[in-house]
This record gives sequence, structure tokens and C-alpha cells, in this order.
Amino acid sequence: MPNYKAIIEALILTSETPLALEKICAVLNDMERAEVKKAIQELIVEYDERQSGIYLAEVAGGFQFRTRPELSPWVKKLKGTKPASLSPAALETLAIVAYRQPIVKAEIEDIRGVDVSAPLKGLLEKKLVRIVGRKDVPGKPIIYGTTKKFLEVFNLKDLSELPTLRELKELNEQTEAQTAGELSES
Amino acid sequence: MADETTGYAIKLDIFEGPLDLLLYLIKKNEIDIYNIPVALITEQYLQYLKIIKSLNLDLAGEYLVMASTLIHIKSKMLLPVPDEPSEEEKEEDPRAELVRQLLEYQAFKEAAAALQGRPLLERDVFTRSAPLDDDMEQAAEDEDELIEVNVFELIDAFHRLVSRIDKKEFLKIDLEKMSLADIINDVMERLNREKNLTFEELLGERTDRRRIVYTFLAILELIKLKMIKAYQTSAFGVIRIFPAVES
Repeated sequence: MPNYKAIIEALILTSETPLALEKICAVLNDMERAEVKKAIQELIVEYDERQSGIYLAEVAGGFQFRTRPELSPWVKKLKGTKPASLSPAALETLAIVAYRQPIVKAEIEDIRGVDVSAPLKGLLEKKLVRIVGRKDVPGKPIIYGTTKKFLEVFNLKDLSELPTLRELKELNEQTEAQTAGELSES
Repeated sequence: MADETTGYAIKLDIFEGPLDLLLYLIKKNEIDIYNIPVALITEQYLQYLKIIKSLNLDLAGEYLVMASTLIHIKSKMLLPVPDEPSEEEKEEDPRAELVRQLLEYQAFKEAAAALQGRPLLERDVFTRSAPLDDDMEQAAEDEDELIEVNVFELIDAFHRLVSRIDKKEFLKIDLEKMSLADIINDVMERLNREKNLTFEELLGERTDRRRIVYTFLAILELIKLKMIKAYQTSAFGVIRIFPAVES
């Protein structure tokens, strides 16, 4: 009997992009989907337990080996490249698109209170945001959404992994409570 | 006060807009966001605008709109409240809309910070030299190094290619049916697959005149529609065509 876990490990390693469960199942067609899932979970645990330099991440609807975050100083030293970081404007715009997609530019601007042409263009070029279509209202404005690459870059399984807006609200209340606390102290 | 003023000046570029500035003022003054003392905030806000102006920085129109909104709210708050407010008036705090906007913006500001705090690819985590990384670097480099080509350079490339074709080719009668729409779809499809291609690569084996003309027209049309971009690394260099956005 073949070592399925080893096969799955090999498949994930050779895939350039996060490998979807369906694709693994398609290769191991004599194996039940649940079994494949179980084998992947075991792999994830094994990599964790042996404190390996890499871990098996579930990102962008698939599985991918990634180096552990705490090892980044050394990896960066080897690569010698500085990652292209996003400006605060781009990040805010990206967050709004991520949570409110599909969304048109005017709606993003309503929330940010400023023009978002420049950050939006940058996000499109970086392929973190894409054009989903056009809204069927006068002017046919372009509708934006996030890409698969957004999930890959931000280490997200899928969009549902984003903290929900309810959590965000709690966060707000927390900071308010803090501010209130500070107020009463002073 | 003078010292504080210079302090403001340094911090100016960190504001992402009027809402950001307002949030900063609210935090700085330790104000309850649900009960903003509009007079105080308006005064400070206008002070900031003065500083921005005195530095000859471009004052985005949005800042002025917010200033007028604040003044409008302030004036509304000064109006005497009727002794027995009607139902409508009761719920209509002039600040309500602004507070809603501020809270929403604050939520997304925090969401943005949370995103930034995640283990980011190419910053905290890395993949086995995935092409994704190369793409990112490539894209960053492209922006710096590639020169955007104009229509004339494209036409030039087209001439070069046409002159290269065996003259006999022109005598053949091409029965292949072609439409510009088909070629446009073909070009977009191949660009999405290959990420970037030269004009020559786009043509491939099919270098008959009609094919070249149609491909060229397709490229012009796609550039006009901002669906693709054309770059070259140096004058007379190879022109590479990129899809403008991910489809």
C-alpha cells in the first residue's frame, strides 16, 4: 500500500501555488476525500511537532509549504530583497475592498473620506485587487474585489478567515472603553 | 504652542485624510467619540488646515469639505433645542452622521492594521521560491525600469515585423476567417496565461500579413481599453505586453 501521506507531501511541495484539495483528490482518485483531508491534517501536525523550519499552511483555498514566521530574519538575509510594503492608504483601501466587496470606487471613497484612485491603481498593479465587473447603474462604475493573490500574501485560507465586522465592532468598543478609562483616570 | 505647531507639521503626512485627522484629534484630546465637543474639534481642525496651507502643501479638497461640515454641525448645535422636541428632532443629533462615518473609518483603519499584522508572504513567511515572489519583485522592478512605449514605437515594431516576412507570403490568398474580436480574445487569453509576451511571441508561427495586422489592431484596441500595457526596457528594445489587471 502506498504511503499516501508521502504522496500528498510530494504533491504539495511540487506545486507552485497553493494546491487545492480537489487537485490532490484527483491524483489520489482511489482515496476518499475525507481520508485525504485527514492525511493533510496529520502532515500539518507532524510538521508542527518536529519543529521544522517549514509548516504546511492552508492558504487561498489550498495547501502550501511556507517557512515559519520566526525564521524570517534569516530567510530575508539570504534573499537580500526588501518586500514591497503597502502604504497606509493602500492598506486601508485594501481592507475596505476585502470586507465590502464587491464594491465600487465611490463607496470606498465614502468610507475613507478621500480620493482612492492612486492606492486603488497600485493594488490593481500588485494584483491584490481585481476588477470584478461593472455595476448596472448610471455611469456603469467598475466593481472591485480581492484576488487569490491577496489571500496568498495575507496568509488567509479564504475571505471568511478575515475577522468579522462584529469582532471589529468589539475592537472599537474596547478602544472606547480604554479611552473612557483614561478619561476617568485623568 | 509654537513647539506643538512644529510637532503638527512633522506629523502631517501621516494623515490619510480628513477622517484620519479627526480621529487623531479625538484621540489626542481623549474625547468620547459619541460626544464630540464640536467647537473644540472644529477649532483644532481649522488650525491644522492653516498649518498645511502655511507649508504650501497641497490641500486636498476633501479637507475643506470636512471643514465646512464641521462648521455646519457646530452652527446647528448652537441652535436652541425646543423644550419639547418632536420625535424626529430627538433622534437627529447633528453629529450622528459624522460619528457613524468616523466609527466606520476607524473600523477599517483597524482592519488594515490587523491585515498588516498577519504573517505576510515575502515579509514573514516564504514559499519554496514560488513564482509568486518573482512576480512581485518583477512587478516592482518593471515599474522602475521599463519604459512605457507610445503608439509610434508600436507602429515601428509592426513595420519591422512586416518587412521581415517573405515577400511571397503576400501573394497567397488567405482563406482563414478572422475577426478582430476573436484576436482580442485570443490575445487576452494568452496574456493571462503567459503573464507577458512580446509582439513576436503573440504572433507565433502565424506570420501572414492579415494575422499581423489584426494582432496589431487588437493590441491597439486593448491598450485603448486599458486592458493591457506595453513596456520596453530600452529604446528600440523588445516591446513586452502585459495584462493590465488580472482577469
